[in-house]
Amino acid sequence: MALFGKPQYSTVTVKKKDIPKDLWTKCPKTGEIIYNRVLKENLMVVPNSGYHFPLDARARIESLLDAESFAETDSGIHSLDPLSFNATASYPQKLKANQKKTNETDTVISGTGTISGQPVSIAVMDFRFMAASLGSAAGERITRAIERGLEQKCPVIIVSASGGARMQEGILSLMQMAKTSAALARLSQAGLPYISILTNPTMAGVMASFASLGDVIIAEPEALIGFAGPRVIKETTQQDLPSGFQTSEFLLDRGLVDMIIPRAEMRDRLSILLQAFGKNTASPGEDD
Amino acid sequence: MDEESTYTLEFEKPLRELQKQLDTLQSVSKVSDVDSAKEIQAIEEKIQAKKVEIYSKLTPWQRVQLSRHPKRPYSLDYFERIFSDFNELHGDRRYKDDAAIVGGPAFLDEAPVMVIGQQKGRNTKDNLKRNFGCPHPEGYRKAMRLMEMAERFNLPIVTLIDTPGAYPGIGAEERHVAEAIAVNIRDMSTLSVPIISIIIGEGGSGGALGMAVADEVMILENGYYSVISPEGCAAILWKDRAAAPKAADALRFSPADLIGFGVVDQIIEEPVGGAHRNYDQAAKNMKSSIKDALKRLNKKSQKKLLDDRYARFRKLGVFEDQAAVS
Repeated sequence: MALFGKPQYSTVTVKKKDIPKDLWTKCPKTGEIIYNRVLKENLMVVPNSGYHFPLDARARIESLLDAESFAETDSGIHSLDPLSFNATASYPQKLKANQKKTNETDTVISGTGTISGQPVSIAVMDFRFMAASLGSAAGERITRAIERGLEQKCPVIIVSASGGARMQEGILSLMQMAKTSAALARLSQAGLPYISILTNPTMAGVMASFASLGDVIIAEPEALIGFAGPRVIKETTQQDLPSGFQTSEFLLDRGLVDMIIPRAEMRDRLSILLQAFGKNTASPGEDD
Repeated sequence: MDEESTYTLEFEKPLRELQKQLDTLQSVSKVSDVDSAKEIQAIEEKIQAKKVEIYSKLTPWQRVQLSRHPKRPYSLDYFERIFSDFNELHGDRRYKDDAAIVGGPAFLDEAPVMVIGQQKGRNTKDNLKRNFGCPHPEGYRKAMRLMEMAERFNLPIVTLIDTPGAYPGIGAEERHVAEAIAVNIRDMSTLSVPIISIIIGEGGSGGALGMAVADEVMILENGYYSVISPEGCAAILWKDRAAAPKAADALRFSPADLIGFGVVDQIIEEPVGGAHRNYDQAAKNMKSSIKDALKRLNKKSQKKLLDDRYARFRKLGVFEDQAAVS
């Protein structure tokens, strides 16, 4: 029985404390170790492998808009605790911890700015904040960003990333899907373009509302995008998931995503799309 | 109906016991000369009192169990009792017919309406066909096709909601169930005919909302409408699906809470013990609520209808606006 026994490997242990946390990061794709400074300069994309780490909302905005053009709006909108939600930790405690961690008040940063001189209304989700779950405050900021596009007759860009609805706000969280989508209906009726950018991961309630409704839907490479989580699907169906299931590339092939654009090229490509769709913002002919 | 077997839930145990006593007494009195009429009457009264006691103060988790009761009336049971001449129309004209959603034109007394419902199966075979009431994207697309048809021909729309959620499957993802739901949510907000949505059992998250953007949203007394199933919430927050009763409390989805949040406009009363104890009565209550709502909605101009629907959802959410405060 020893003939084909387990080969004996010697184990090399690298103690976690030996790798300074704030200096280096390991690429999940290739295992390559990269300087954090290099990563930051490269918009959190690993130069060799092209792996896209999450980008925080402010860095994202900086990467997309013309320098100094961003004017933040609705930063005074804060989450409350309508359910007095108390599980293992209370919701206000969770909010506070996330505010401390991210230095942001909630999941969505929104405002106006320009891309190559073209005005846009933009909202960006920050995955670091409670997995960018969609609560009332986030829903309100997004809805106002859409309505601002309507008022100022400019295109709307939403950069999504989300684990889904914010359970701690119960049914009110679900209603944000209706609120945001109804606002997008009005934007569309006014003939104004909406570009939806999907980043890793964009799932569940966010995907089942505004993230899926772009006139143009752009995804970053290799993002996880879908409705139900892969683990839930596996457990429910007892089937093996196809390779690449629920990735940007899979969804481009299946016809949901219009284009996959690496982070570094996003601003230029947006600029061109805005030139194509954003010029003609006069309202369509009235027929009644 | 076999009364004893209908008390199947854990909290119905006292009723089950009383019913057993009653059955024994009745069978004894049948074969002997002992007159037990008095005892029988006493137990019947006890049962009635116990019923009122139990069902008047159900916990959220107990309501969830009732909403999933295998004998609970489903969409087609209500269609049959509320409307006449329902003609089921099939398919999304894109991929296939999803039997977890049924719909078509019917008549409410004399008036034509478009009725669409999420449909569970009554037994194993039926449930395979209905996929336990978990729709695929084609179901939502069929529903949208019928709703657009309703708008074209100026029929009010009634949707009945009863789903644990949209189906989490490979095919559903490949055909973009999230997009199908999103499009329904968006486009229902602009349909120019009155829409009434009624949660008759389970209102499971996005799968429910994808057919429930309405002018008036109602819920049956023992239905629930939630962003996540109590089991799902328990698994995430307590790491234990058995904590579902706790999650059901925490999620605050009792009908009274839903009204308080402005998510639901009206609660429809069920017969004591749940809708499954008297289909006809449940349907009768629902029919009168639908007729009243249509009377209200038909008075509105098209513009007011759409403005009010937008405003109804626009105001949902609880947050603080510090800019507005200062």
